[in-house]
Amino acid sequence: MADLSVNIAGVTLQNPLIGASGTVGFGREYAALYPLSTLGGISCKGLTLKERPGNPPPRIAETPGGMLNSVGLQNPGVEAFLKEELPWLSAQGTVVIANIAGSCEADYCAMAERLNDTAVDMIELNISCPNVKEGGVQFGTSCESVGAITKAVRAHCRKPLIVKLSPNVSDIAEIAAAAESAGADAVSLINTLTGMRIDIRTRRPILHNNTGGLSGPAVFPVAVRMVWQVKNRVKIPVIGMGGISTWQDAVEMMLAGADAFQVGAAFFTDPYAPVKILEGLNAYLDENHIEHVRDLTGGVKPW
Amino acid sequence: MKPYDVEACKILRRTVLGADCFDVMVLAPKLAPLARPGQFANILPRGKTLRRPISICGIGKDTLRFVFQVRGEGTKELAALSVGDTMDVFGPLGNGFPLDFPNLKIRRAAFVGGGIGTPPMLAAAAAFPGEKLAVLGFRTKAAVLLEEDFRALGCKVAVTTDDGSYGVHGLVTVPLSEESFDVCYACGPAPMLKAVAALCAQRKIPCYVSLEQRMACGVGACLGCATPLRWPDGTVHYGHVCKDGPVFSAADVVFS
Repeated sequence: MADLSVNIAGVTLQNPLIGASGTVGFGREYAALYPLSTLGGISCKGLTLKERPGNPPPRIAETPGGMLNSVGLQNPGVEAFLKEELPWLSAQGTVVIANIAGSCEADYCAMAERLNDTAVDMIELNISCPNVKEGGVQFGTSCESVGAITKAVRAHCRKPLIVKLSPNVSDIAEIAAAAESAGADAVSLINTLTGMRIDIRTRRPILHNNTGGLSGPAVFPVAVRMVWQVKNRVKIPVIGMGGISTWQDAVEMMLAGADAFQVGAAFFTDPYAPVKILEGLNAYLDENHIEHVRDLTGGVKPW
Repeated sequence: MKPYDVEACKILRRTVLGADCFDVMVLAPKLAPLARPGQFANILPRGKTLRRPISICGIGKDTLRFVFQVRGEGTKELAALSVGDTMDVFGPLGNGFPLDFPNLKIRRAAFVGGGIGTPPMLAAAAAFPGEKLAVLGFRTKAAVLLEEDFRALGCKVAVTTDDGSYGVHGLVTVPLSEESFDVCYACGPAPMLKAVAALCAQRKIPCYVSLEQRMACGVGACLGCATPLRWPDGTVHYGHVCKDGPVFSAADVVFS
């Protein structure tokens, strides 16, 4: 049996599979099906200082090979998370990543500060949410703004800091480099691609927010390309995500350069997807006599 | 024991109801014993990313019955399955109808179904211990669903159609307002639920409604299926149809 463990910024994950923020809540719903210790880590639903109500429905639309969402960072606020969710979650035997968002730099810094002396293992800086008017992706689309927010949060954050990148940019590798030089310990990518569907009978967008974030298998090739470009540009660990739904996708993502990977929309298609991905990944490593899963990282042989 | 799970359910029976509705009975030895009236299942059409939430119409010892309408590509794919094929079923999900009232004098219940909102009312009526009234509303005669199934349960049945082609010409509130009952359960289009809830509120009768919304995870993890709800203090927040519902006390629902 191969060694599935990976080390991301000094934190050991028992395997490289992390539940993606916004798709697994705070873990309880899937813990009813299998122990959360099955997963290497869980990136919690994006948190803000105060509770957020989220966007009006409909928030979900299916697309060919994927889906759009515009949840709009509905969350109970960081204090409720610390009181109601974290004590339980931190006892489940999986790495806990707090995904944090805010509407201004001070919010992000206060969030990082608040989480310093808690059981949270890592912080994921969400500067790539396409579904909120203030904050989110506005910080994530230029090297200057990514560098500035990363640097500011870094000064307040004593946990390993992952910066989650938006694909809605012209050069994601440059953005990743800006995060790295501003002190990020790792980057994760891709967040959703901005998309839109329209009901041709009513001429209304299906999502009440008009636009939303595209995820699912449809975005996978874009994610693989971006992870590859980023891996070639930065030295810090890269967490790849975007449309991974099978073990073959996971292998591909790691070959492109991912040190670990997140699974999101696949939970909706099959709640057992992570279990199947890990079983398949393990069998693949054994069949190919690969001792450590980390030996896959960046193993692509480009033409 | 898991409260819900995924099961590959073999289709035992499949009937076409009217032009675009399908009545499917599946073998579900793992899920059926967990199911309660009012819950739903999230069913995966082949090749789709998202499952389709379908209400449970009947619960047997090891079977589940689903009656659904073809609304789009996903339900079209589900409708194309034949006897012997398997359905990828995730369930049972959500909260069912409260059917036991140990501290209240509840003798007669009204089950109100509008169109494709009718199927979950059948599971509820089957489990209700007292006297039952079913008021079922449809667009037209060809769309009438499950009338005989409700009669077979011993319900007094009133059917209404919008165009008067069958039963009472008009809305479900026409026959409903002439009946007396102690509790009401309803599923159907929002304007119907609003009218039924108003009638019950006027009579100070408990009313439970089953809602639908575009959904992804089905278990409360993704927060996709938001619906506006009222806290006791009157403030409005977004609850979620999959986990907080699909059954809500009508008094908590903000009808648009």
